[in-house]
Amino acid sequence: MIAATATEAGLLVCDACHLLNRPSGMAHDLACARCGASLHVRKPDSIGRAWAFLIAAGLLYIPANVLPVMETGFLFGSQTDTIMSGVVYLWTSGSWPLAAIIFIASIMVPGSKLIALTFLLVSVQRRSTWSPLERARLYRVVERVGRWSMVDIYVAAILTALVQFKALAMIKAGPGAIAFGAVVVLTMFAAECFDPRLIWDPLKRTDG
Amino acid sequence: MASLIACHDCDLLNRETAIPPGGVACCRRCGAVLYRNKPHSLDRTLAFMLGAAVLFVLANLNPLVGLEAQGNRTSTTLFGAVRALHNQDMTSVAGLVFVTTILMPALEIGAMLYILLPLRLGWLPEGLPAMFRLVQTVRPWGMVEVFMLGTLVSLAKLSHIAAVLPGVALWSFGALMFLPAAAAASFEPRDLWAQAAAAAAVTAETTTAR
Repeated sequence: MIAATATEAGLLVCDACHLLNRPSGMAHDLACARCGASLHVRKPDSIGRAWAFLIAAGLLYIPANVLPVMETGFLFGSQTDTIMSGVVYLWTSGSWPLAAIIFIASIMVPGSKLIALTFLLVSVQRRSTWSPLERARLYRVVERVGRWSMVDIYVAAILTALVQFKALAMIKAGPGAIAFGAVVVLTMFAAECFDPRLIWDPLKRTDG
Repeated sequence: MASLIACHDCDLLNRETAIPPGGVACCRRCGAVLYRNKPHSLDRTLAFMLGAAVLFVLANLNPLVGLEAQGNRTSTTLFGAVRALHNQDMTSVAGLVFVTTILMPALEIGAMLYILLPLRLGWLPEGLPAMFRLVQTVRPWGMVEVFMLGTLVSLAKLSHIAAVLPGVALWSFGALMFLPAAAAASFEPRDLWAQAAAAAAVTAETTTAR
């Protein structure tokens, strides 16, 4: 069997179409022979960029959870809801399946995504050789699951558009929704910047 | 070199082997999918994408849901929801909804049809590599299936306080959410490049014949 990686063999894999390219000479700005995407040994500045997006997302995670995502105005007075108070309201009013969906998509997924990406970045920076397969799987899950956090944004959008009964009730999206949307987008960028091949690079010598 | 393939997830070089129809070749180190043998993968993808294009138009032209409470009726389209957010100075959230549910799905469907229709007819679409890269970039940001879940959650929330009237677009979105996913599951980029090379060869032949 073949024991080497593409990098060790002096080959470059195209990130877009996965073609193996043999770079000619030491030219910079190499492009894939088939699809024209620029070629890199690893995603450029992967760790730095991923950290930048991740830290920004971590900071915004706080206002996303503290500020109201929805403001409901009634005939007399109004009510504001954060993500968590919305979940609690659904739970106590008996809609526990909805409460579970929102809790998982809006609180658990973004939170565990932040933790998982931090863990992956730290382990890669320390050139850890611990369970690369598990970490590779973790990365794939993070990549796949992140989009589902958008559920709450869509709920806010639809309620905002529909509940416009001037005499009875009006729903507005709150500032928390902006922060929350930013968290989802920033963690998706962070996951996209992270290069899973870095997980395997420290194994080069031992994995013959 | 033609018989080697590098894993895009862990960089290991794998030897290409023939796999049976319907089979999947995975990296022997990290288990990432390297390539699949999907019979008629491009034709299937094209069929799903044509269906998606029709449903996408229906889903955007028709009202999504209506609401009736004490004689008052409201209804909204998807774009109506975007506009409502925008009107409340929630432009960034409106933009996010617009991009993930309208713009990105439209770009994905359009670019895939632009690539696959000409190839089906045997000619090479101009700018195919750029279009292919566009599809790769755009795909993670189209979130029709998540939007569908959001719609169902909001309907369930509203059903306590008012009568909910599902619109044509709701059914269209319900069906639409499966089609790009089915297309992505059928799409095998290796077949695309093989087909493109074949089309390019034919084009070159006819040019020299002239």
